[in-house]
Amino acid sequence: MSDWVDACAEDEIDAEDVIRFDHGERTFAIYRSPDDAYYCTDGLCTHEQVHLADGLVMDHIIECPKHNGQFDYRDGAPKRVPVCEALGTYPTKVENGRVLIRIG
Amino acid sequence: MSGMVIVGAGECGTRAALTLRADGYDGPVTLVGAETGDPYERPPLSKPDPDASPRRVPVATAERLSELNIDFRPSRTADRIDRAARKVHFADGTALAFDKLLLATGARPRRLTDPDDGHATAFRDFEDAKRLFVAPARRVTLIGAGLIGLELAAALRVRGHDVTVLEASDRALGRSVLPDLAGRIVARHREAGVDLRFDAAVSSIEPDAVLLCDGTRVPSETTIVAIGVVPETALAEAAGLATEDGIAVDATLRTVDPDIYAAGDCAAAAHPLYGRRLRVETWRNAQDQGMAAARNMPGAYTPYARVPWFWSDQYDLGLQVAGLPDEGAVTATRDLGPGATIIFSLSPDGRLVAASGLGPGNAVARDVRLSEMLIERGARPDPAALADPGVGLKSLLRAAGT
Repeated sequence: MSDWVDACAEDEIDAEDVIRFDHGERTFAIYRSPDDAYYCTDGLCTHEQVHLADGLVMDHIIECPKHNGQFDYRDGAPKRVPVCEALGTYPTKVENGRVLIRIG
Repeated sequence: MSGMVIVGAGECGTRAALTLRADGYDGPVTLVGAETGDPYERPPLSKPDPDASPRRVPVATAERLSELNIDFRPSRTADRIDRAARKVHFADGTALAFDKLLLATGARPRRLTDPDDGHATAFRDFEDAKRLFVAPARRVTLIGAGLIGLELAAALRVRGHDVTVLEASDRALGRSVLPDLAGRIVARHREAGVDLRFDAAVSSIEPDAVLLCDGTRVPSETTIVAIGVVPETALAEAAGLATEDGIAVDATLRTVDPDIYAAGDCAAAAHPLYGRRLRVETWRNAQDQGMAAARNMPGAYTPYARVPWFWSDQYDLGLQVAGLPDEGAVTATRDLGPGATIIFSLSPDGRLVAASGLGPGNAVARDVRLSEMLIERGARPDPAALADPGVGLKSLLRAAGT
């Protein structure tokens, strides 16, 4: 059974950057790393529910645009206060120039 | 071993206690706060969700502090410091000995003395927020068009209150926000129906009105004085520690007494980048200085050098400022798309000293953050590149090196 969702084109995200992706009631952040790998996490920060797609990506770190909390977007691990709770992460794959995420 | 004593259980003091433990300090840590209940974040108090009560967002719960073996003592007011005996005495007659003491006493709202503001209230803690926001729609007057005054004006207006803002000077938001951006924020308030008046000198505050020096009577059921804060320096002063506008500390946040530190709103800290003391009244500064003090108290002695940064949300607008805009001589403006701009301030010798952004939601956040890193590195970016949205600030940061 496949629950892969087509999220965006590969080139919609710049290298070392992030975009927002909404699906149904849920919201996600999709990242392209400096070495062109794609990652997906929950969209909202675990601290104060600020959307991370407005935040800054540096290397493999996403920083909340409001409180400077940081996560490693590859595994969702918290990297800087005030965040202490990990972000949910979701598998991704690229097919025919499209980024797919599995959010089942 | 007496260990570490922290006076003040706001963002700064609590973060210091948590950092001591996170960094492996295993001696006694005592965190003493004047307020009741768990330590909480203040910024959400002035910007509650439109349809919800103000939230008390914990910095750490009492349970968590206890797990970390942090002795948390709320509802206790420090009375005096005995430097010779290395003890803090409390109003309830008890005392605590310390090896190192951190003063994270914060700041209190400045009050009006002439005229007397006994019929007005201040806005500082969770109880103030509950009183203000849980009441039905009514006429509210805010004295002062600074950040707190305007954030409260926006939050009250969207809840249907009639809001008047009285500002004594001829502009909003003082020196921390450039006039162009302050003007746009003022326009947004007026569009929302806030009655915002400049050059409004208050002659008296009545139970049901504010009277202005020109004879105008502004009916007001609730009047709030929001004219800034005064650092809590009394403990330090009485103990003979140097104070100016804040408790004077060096770049490692240490006072003239090597066993006593100060951090957050109450501290005027020597800043390596600016070559003078700065007292910064922001949430992030409270957090970061608390963490820095916690590293320095056991002996790290690392200078604290972060650039001041703050944000404010009013209606759909997000303001973010990194650096000190009033140190700028020339500016360059970058257009970030619909309604979003960043104004860069450069010193006479071309150093980037501030980035001030205003736009919908968090549209300016990323570029202001990158600007902050440029400022920290003392970068001298080409103003034309700063003004060109086609030039990524990350590329300027790489050019500036580390």
